[in-house]
Amino acid sequence: MLLAGKKGLVLNVTNKSSIGWSIALAARDHGATVGVGGQNERMMGNVNSLLESQENMHPFMIDFGDDDAFPAFVDQVKSQFGTLDFLVHSAAFAPSEAMTNPFLQTKREDFKVALDVSCYSLVKLCQALEPVFADGASIMTLSYLGSQRAMRSYNVMGVAKAALESAARYLAYDLGPRGIRVNVLSPGPMNTVAARGVKGLTGMIQHVAEQALLPNAAVQSDVGGAAVFLMSDLSKAITGELIYVDAGYNVVAL
Amino acid sequence: MAEEIMQRVVKVTVSKLGVNETEVVPSASFQDDLGADSLDLVELVMGFEEEFNVQIPDDQVTSIRTVQDAADYIQKNVA
Repeated sequence: MLLAGKKGLVLNVTNKSSIGWSIALAARDHGATVGVGGQNERMMGNVNSLLESQENMHPFMIDFGDDDAFPAFVDQVKSQFGTLDFLVHSAAFAPSEAMTNPFLQTKREDFKVALDVSCYSLVKLCQALEPVFADGASIMTLSYLGSQRAMRSYNVMGVAKAALESAARYLAYDLGPRGIRVNVLSPGPMNTVAARGVKGLTGMIQHVAEQALLPNAAVQSDVGGAAVFLMSDLSKAITGELIYVDAGYNVVAL
Repeated sequence: MAEEIMQRVVKVTVSKLGVNETEVVPSASFQDDLGADSLDLVELVMGFEEEFNVQIPDDQVTSIRTVQDAADYIQKNVA
């Protein structure tokens, strides 16, 4: 078992289509004990029902936007897990207006919210959990190609993901001396609640499936596989890196 | 066929919105009568997609306002 004896968190999960959920399942199936997070009481309803029939999974509630919620959360992690071997950050949000109108019209407030929820949340999590991370722990976050390329409808979320990818490199810089690695997984478009906020998602999924190099488009469980690799000691020399899980779509021009 | 689709639409709606089955009448609007917010709507649409193995593109989602709308869309698009 690649992850035998390892303990970590996947924050946060919305429902069973969430990429985070596939990652949590993959980690557990490879021997890890996994804390699965929900953003608020309502999401905890979903998380608790997902966890009902699962072994070696524990629910956690953490509202990334509430600084006051962190001390109790960190205490809970400490008392349940002692130390953490991995952390998966899976969180993004932008107000729907910013995802509908042209990027040119992005409002200051919407910009702030998108960057706060989608990027600062990773910084805050690492900051708060730093004392709990085991030396050699593996941290990862989820991005999307819209960070590197201009893409219809991805708008301010592309800017937020670019900031997130950069934040991952700076966190890798600061945590490197402890052997703690920070990497980014960038999956192709998938049918998740969060992705449904992107206008034209169904068309994007179809386009990417047609253009990608491999016959099968990447799905949630493929991200789970890549995440397990990053959590395991097999990837112990990889940090600050961006890894696409998109069946090769990003390398194709024509 | 239509009746069976409606039964399954009601089942998905009850489970995703946590409403009482008696409230889920054909004319009920997901948002106005059943209290669904935008996140609920996404979960509901994904629930229908899974239940009926059908794709509901987002430009179609806005036209599905009531329980009957959902049943009609599915009837038309599930071969």
